[in-house]
Amino acid sequence: MFAFFLTSGLFLGWSLGANDAANVFGTAVGTRMISFRKAAAYCGIFVILGAVISGAGAAKTLGELGSVNAIVGAFVVALAAAVTVYWLTVLGYPVSTTQAIVGAIIGWDLFSGALIDYGSLERIVLSWVISPILAAIFSALLYKAIAYGIKCLKIHMFRLDALTRAALLFAGVAGAYSLGANNISNVVGIFVPISPFAEISFLGWFRLNAAQQLFLIGGLAIAVGTFTYGKKVMLTVGEGITEMSPVAAFVAVLANAVVLFLFASQDLQAFLLGHGLPAFPLVPVSSSQAIVGSVIGIALIKGGRGIRWRMLGEITMAWIATPIVAVIISFISLFILQNVFQQKTFIPVEYRMTAEAEQRIRSAGIRTDHLADLQEIYPNASQFQKALSQRAILDDREMGIVMSATEIDRTMVTSQSINRINRSALKDEQKRALQQLWGKTFEHRWQIETALAELSPAWRMTPGDAEKNKEIMRDLDYVYRLIRATD
Amino acid sequence: MAESILKRKIGIEKEIDEFLDQVSEAGLMCQNGMDAYLKGNMEAFSQCLASIRDTEHRGDDLRRSIEQDLYRKTLIPESRGDVMELLEDMDALLDRFTGLIWQFEIEHPDICVEFHEDFKELLRCSSESVEAVVRSCRAFFKDIYSVANHIHKVIFWEKESDKVTTRLQRAIFGRPNLRLSHKMHLRFFAKQVERIADEAEDVSDRLNIYVIKRML
Repeated sequence: MFAFFLTSGLFLGWSLGANDAANVFGTAVGTRMISFRKAAAYCGIFVILGAVISGAGAAKTLGELGSVNAIVGAFVVALAAAVTVYWLTVLGYPVSTTQAIVGAIIGWDLFSGALIDYGSLERIVLSWVISPILAAIFSALLYKAIAYGIKCLKIHMFRLDALTRAALLFAGVAGAYSLGANNISNVVGIFVPISPFAEISFLGWFRLNAAQQLFLIGGLAIAVGTFTYGKKVMLTVGEGITEMSPVAAFVAVLANAVVLFLFASQDLQAFLLGHGLPAFPLVPVSSSQAIVGSVIGIALIKGGRGIRWRMLGEITMAWIATPIVAVIISFISLFILQNVFQQKTFIPVEYRMTAEAEQRIRSAGIRTDHLADLQEIYPNASQFQKALSQRAILDDREMGIVMSATEIDRTMVTSQSINRINRSALKDEQKRALQQLWGKTFEHRWQIETALAELSPAWRMTPGDAEKNKEIMRDLDYVYRLIRATD
Repeated sequence: MAESILKRKIGIEKEIDEFLDQVSEAGLMCQNGMDAYLKGNMEAFSQCLASIRDTEHRGDDLRRSIEQDLYRKTLIPESRGDVMELLEDMDALLDRFTGLIWQFEIEHPDICVEFHEDFKELLRCSSESVEAVVRSCRAFFKDIYSVANHIHKVIFWEKESDKVTTRLQRAIFGRPNLRLSHKMHLRFFAKQVERIADEAEDVSDRLNIYVIKRML
């Protein structure tokens, strides 16, 4: 059954490889600086390396699909996203796989009555505008600077060719590595908690844990996607929008990387703020959209005469279509699977104002006197939220607190779940605290968090230490998934 | 490392430089050959003929090798076609110099003494125009922004060669006591020399377009 569920993840990986490889190697292949076969080979190797080495950096990462609470649901959501990306790849348009996944999850949210993450929707729409504009500005500036540098240095045409080729290859493999590292969690992350794999040791030289083996398989799927179907989208990016020179091809990839690094890297922001420096604002930047912006930026600085506006219009329509199509496919597939094949595509999440929840809400400074009559059980988030909004006007933050406090999630910490903890996933102190919860049951998820925080400082959030808190949140999510998987 | 990549000469760069050297040398050898012929020093003329033939063969070999490299290694994909055409054009100029010396060897034109200086002057102008094209080509590969500085010299020398040809033809046909066939033979040689400058100008025009394409 695990293998069957994994197929949709692998299909998603394949689609991702076929589409997103264009973000890193599209311009190089389009300008014929690197042959498609060579680009696909390098891309495949580095995607796999990125997935196995850096994707496993947080073995608990579940990716976007982590919010889907039933494995059949996750299967359908991944499949809907994969079909969407596949369809647009066949048409040759560069689209964002993450946006397809978020769209498919919204389809699941709608179907299961869960709360729709409007923040994600907003980020997608912003990304359509922000990514190309930022990338276009950066690529235009970089192009001017590099063209001036080449003019001053008087580099021989063939040396420039050799340098550009090397730079394109380097940028390509670095991009492929981060493509693997950043996207593998979306491809197979959801399957990590239910993975049947055991750790493998290769003659004691290196080990592959269960997550890494999954990441390896996911990475292979991405690599196969690039090899078998990546050329079309690469050519759209590299020569479909406008004819490019090899130097422009490199500038486009460089601008894409710079924009992603400056405006989407939380690590860079933490580093700059940590050193008392002004940080770039974090904005939703998608690599698929940024690379198109980069190409346009260069074409515009050269007068804009060579831009094929019709193709650009089609690409923009494809961006808009991606999440919408994913929502529709996801919703319809879930409906069919749930009602025709009688599969459980979501675990109903009930809401109730328990005494503990009320206390928690009060401690967060929110008045609960007119919420006290919400003690009946509500079958899903949207109905509870509707009832809430009839009784009180809450802002987004308050609504978030009330919703998470009242979410019913009965769980019991079993020895089975404790035994399944990945060796490197948690600190010893964290594990000991978790062992002390053995046999206990909880009505709300946050009660596990509170119980763990009371038992050990390793589970306690520190105000102001965003990095540590994020780590604890990830660990908690991992524990929670583990308990769920063995429930 | 970047510095070493920048400083190291890549094989094909060397070959192109050497190929352009051959074109440039062919012009000088052609001038030497004509000097020797006009002086009646046939031994020196034969040596020049042998040297220019070797230069032509070497040029052909280099051109083939460069063209094969361009396609085998998919170098400069966006300018590959232009560079190929440019090399063929330059090779054609080299062949023109060789052909001229061969024609002297085969047809033994009887050039009257009073035309010697004009013929020398004409060949010098044509060779200078080719030399300016060679410099333009080198700039095209190394410093594309300075190509224009050389191209205008090609045009200058082509105009000079036009002037000398006109003057020479007037002198030939204005001279009494010469058979018409003799006059026409001399005119043919004057035109052959002038054509070298004309072709050099055509190459420079095409080169100008290649430059514009690469600058876009």
